[in-house]
Amino acid sequence: MRKTLKNLFSFLAVFTLMFAIGTEVMAAKKSKTLKNTLKKGFVRCGVSQGLPGFSNADASGNWTGVDVDVCRAVAAAALGDANKVKFTPLSAKERFTALTSGEIDILSRNTTWTLSRDADIGLTFVGVNFYDGQGFMVRKSSGITSTSQFKNGITACTNIGTTTELNMRDFFTSKGISYEPVAFEKADEVVAAYDAGRCDTYTTDKSGLAAQRTKMKNPDEHIVLPETISKEPLGPVVRQGDSVWEDLVRWSLNVMIEAEEYGITSSNADSMKTSDNPQIKRLVGSEGELGAAFGLDNEWSLRIIKQVGNYGESYKRNIADTGILPDRGPNQLWTKGGILYVPPAR
Amino acid sequence: MKRNKILPQLITIFFIILVFGFFTINAQINMENRGIEFGFGFLKQEASFDIQFSLIEYDGSHSYARAYLVGLLNTLLVAFIGIILSTILGIVVGIARLSPNYLIKKTATFYVEFFRNIPLLLQIFFWYFAALRALPLPQDANLLLGSSFMTIKGLYTPAPLWENFDVFLISLFFSLILIFFVYRYAKKRQEEEGKQLPKFLISLCIFIGIPLLTFFAGGFGLSFTFPELKQLATTSYTYNGGMGIPPELTALTIALTLYTATFIAENVRAGIQGIGKGQKEAAASIGLTTSQILKLVIMPQALRIIIPPTTNQYLNLTKNSSLAAAIAYPDLVLVFAGTAMMQTGRAIEIVAITMATYLSISLAISLFMNWYNKRIAIKEK
Amino acid sequence: MQKFNFLKPDNNNLTLFLSLGTIFFILSIIDFSLNNFLDKNITSFLPRYLNFFTPLVFGLIGLHFIRIEFSGIKKLDILNKNINTNNFNATLSLFIIFLLIFSIPPLLSWFILDANLSGNTKEACTGSGACWVYIKVWFNRFMYGMYPNAEQWRINISFATVLVFSAFGFFMPTKYRKYLTLYYTIFLPIISFFLIYYLISGGSFGLEWVETGAWGGLSLTFIVSFFCLIFCFPIGMMLALGRRSNLPTIKYSSLGFIEFWRGVPLITVLFMSAVMFPMFLPDGIYMDKLIRVIIAITLFEAAYVAEVIRGGLQALPRGQYDAAKSLGMGYWKLHLLVILPQALKLVIPGIANTFLALVKDTPLIFVVGLLELAGMLNLAKTNPEWLGFSMEGYVFAAIIFWIICYSMSRYSQNLELKYKTDR
Repeated sequence: MRKTLKNLFSFLAVFTLMFAIGTEVMAAKKSKTLKNTLKKGFVRCGVSQGLPGFSNADASGNWTGVDVDVCRAVAAAALGDANKVKFTPLSAKERFTALTSGEIDILSRNTTWTLSRDADIGLTFVGVNFYDGQGFMVRKSSGITSTSQFKNGITACTNIGTTTELNMRDFFTSKGISYEPVAFEKADEVVAAYDAGRCDTYTTDKSGLAAQRTKMKNPDEHIVLPETISKEPLGPVVRQGDSVWEDLVRWSLNVMIEAEEYGITSSNADSMKTSDNPQIKRLVGSEGELGAAFGLDNEWSLRIIKQVGNYGESYKRNIADTGILPDRGPNQLWTKGGILYVPPAR
Repeated sequence: MKRNKILPQLITIFFIILVFGFFTINAQINMENRGIEFGFGFLKQEASFDIQFSLIEYDGSHSYARAYLVGLLNTLLVAFIGIILSTILGIVVGIARLSPNYLIKKTATFYVEFFRNIPLLLQIFFWYFAALRALPLPQDANLLLGSSFMTIKGLYTPAPLWENFDVFLISLFFSLILIFFVYRYAKKRQEEEGKQLPKFLISLCIFIGIPLLTFFAGGFGLSFTFPELKQLATTSYTYNGGMGIPPELTALTIALTLYTATFIAENVRAGIQGIGKGQKEAAASIGLTTSQILKLVIMPQALRIIIPPTTNQYLNLTKNSSLAAAIAYPDLVLVFAGTAMMQTGRAIEIVAITMATYLSISLAISLFMNWYNKRIAIKEK
Repeated sequence: MQKFNFLKPDNNNLTLFLSLGTIFFILSIIDFSLNNFLDKNITSFLPRYLNFFTPLVFGLIGLHFIRIEFSGIKKLDILNKNINTNNFNATLSLFIIFLLIFSIPPLLSWFILDANLSGNTKEACTGSGACWVYIKVWFNRFMYGMYPNAEQWRINISFATVLVFSAFGFFMPTKYRKYLTLYYTIFLPIISFFLIYYLISGGSFGLEWVETGAWGGLSLTFIVSFFCLIFCFPIGMMLALGRRSNLPTIKYSSLGFIEFWRGVPLITVLFMSAVMFPMFLPDGIYMDKLIRVIIAITLFEAAYVAEVIRGGLQALPRGQYDAAKSLGMGYWKLHLLVILPQALKLVIPGIANTFLALVKDTPLIFVVGLLELAGMLNLAKTNPEWLGFSMEGYVFAAIIFWIICYSMSRYSQNLELKYKTDR
């Protein structure tokens, strides 16, 4: 009897010890990225080199845009202050390498979610913050009003190494039109070439077309053709292998969208703490223990809504009010005719 | 003594293995963590992107390996044209630098000093973004030489259309063989009788005459397709037919030629000046004219001094053609280490292949130069 | 041919031919200038093709008349011997004169006469010439990149210090000459490293930290070239010595290293450092992009410097080696105290040339995202407020680079002359 008890006791002791060590190891392994971020005190965010509406720096170095707001949301949730973000402008060539090598922790750079990028190069897409499609831009004076008027021999400018290049080829081949592709590395060079007349049309995501048009000499001279030739779901990307960080970024974005669904804005978030709707209470942190899943306190979602705003506020501030794309198109809540439908935060 | 020799070598080998091993192990760990595999299988995958200018048949349904070939051929094309043009320009400017004519000498000096001291990248930018962008749109272009158009979309010239191209090649080959025999005969005659045959004129006649005869006899046919303005939309036009040379290629070639020609001109000048004055004076004393002295006495000796650094310049030109990545010319670096790398994400394999290609080209040129040096080395008795 | 003899000028009718020739020559210049600037044609009665060539024909006739051998007038003789020796030379000279007339006035008007110099905003650019206001407004950015304006004195001080220390080697008292090698290969790199780390980058001693992404403009060009050159001295020296060693492993590995870096273009080296290099580092360790680029360029240039130093080592007479060995010096003492100081003095022109090539190659780093002068130009060119001024930017950058490179090449030519007579 004594022996069995002793055995049981030692077994329990060993088990507890192993459990403790195991959870310690697991917790340490749980999110190296989150631990490093907390230690450093800022979120390392990779953005574009200047795309109005998505990620653009003004003369004093402040970054604004919907992509920027995703990173700020993560900073608000994890570090308590949405301004604790370090932005690294990246070209299309180095964006993925910067992420896989550890230079940045989130890539929020209007990147299209495709199978090969998700499965083949060690990255994970965590959501879509802008549903877009690829389109063409032409000069009004050319008289072209639809892509069906494209003729053989047309010259099309775009960026190299993007899904745009591949989609352009698919489009022209399916229509049987022979075209001449001119592809530059930097978006500014593409715009300059198109503006000077080197190319007849400029193609990229429609949001990019709208944004770049504001940077041209005479924005009113150009129109975006109505046809959309591909699906371009743009969203943030993180490294494969760190699931807690992945979930944190994913749910920061989801919280922003769901907050708009329930009518919570940055100004009324505090007053919503006493609302009748339990889901609203969960979103503002007065009910439930959702933050513990990431190792954060309960106010993580409240901070996101208060400091960055909900999805609608972010869109309005960056894209609608600046005149780039006043019409939200598919980027509207599912309850209002769009396709923004996120899983519930509960 | 022996220990002195072995120990440093062992240390070196150990150090090299340490460094390489460190890198390889890290790379392997990193790739495993990310789930990326190392392998060259991606070369067989479909490329899915089109290339603007290619010398061989290519479209998006071909493999990455073929895209690599297209890029390589484009690089070699620019290098080839650049080498020929810069050599001609370099020789002319080099000789001009030594001319007694004050104006010519000063102009040549100005050219060399100006183009040598501005970075090549800036020159390429200037030619592409400033000069060639200022060209007119196709519909406003002026007629050059009766049938060519310089437009912002490119240089459109008539393209030759061959019938029975192989007959033309055979006639060319035949004329070359005839020229070879003419030279042998001329040399024999000079050694035996001391009389000179106007070799150059005769060979030129043969080179042009025989293909011309075959042409008139109907052996092959040559016609030209001319570029015609075609309207794509109310304000955009393009040219159909003929040959279109993209402005990227033109800008790159012009910039490379002007830049490299300055170095070749300096080499030529150093070579000619390196020939002792005695040679010139002796040649003048037997009654040769200036151009004869240059052609028969100076240049053959000067070539010995000129060729090694000039071969180095050819190599530099080939390496500098990689700057095409900054403008949109689809050479090896832009197509393979640019587009292909961005689409497949396989950085290590692609950069390694690109560097290996350039390394082979430069090794080939170095080997050629070593062989040439050994052949022309003055064997001192 | 005798019929045309009366046209050949000779000493007898000196004044006649001289005046005729001058008249024709001046006529051709006037014709060309009128054609060019005022679109007037004094020979419009001739068919179109001939019209084009009349200035040339007039000029040729004029120069032909002036071509009097041994006329006795000194200036005329010099002119004839230089420009006018035969018809071919005369044609070329005429072409050059016409080219000058054709190009200089428009250039002058674009550069200076119609240009705008005063003002601070875009509205000041009213003339049809160059708008130098654009350069004035962006000048700080072109020079220092995004470095905060208040901290730019740090960069200036660093450069001044490095220059002083580099030049100090020339004026070293003879007693310390033998330490020249040690000075250049160990002392100078260490000082440069500290300068970059503490002064330019900041972060301690109360200096504000400026991240490397903000460094840019011409100062970045110089930082990269200067510090790369200083750091690649030790490596280049090792490689040169290794190449000349008798031990096969060392010789062949140095040879392989040198040939590898000399055979690849700089742009692929930069790609390698930006995209491939992070894969070779252990997980979690991340190296700043500028450091990676500096390492890559250093290794690249070390191969070229090694070749230059090897040339210097080869030029030293064997007597030096023998004498030093007979004094009982070992390999390292022999090289550090006797051979290398002399070899370094010999190759200084070559090093200056390598430095020049390096300065001309640094604009390339803009393809990996570091905004030195060419990158800053592109940034300024596409700023929505200042569209359309790309030409001024390119001209400005060209002038700056030209001044720097030309003065350096002149300086190295002077050095070469000085050292030639020295031996």
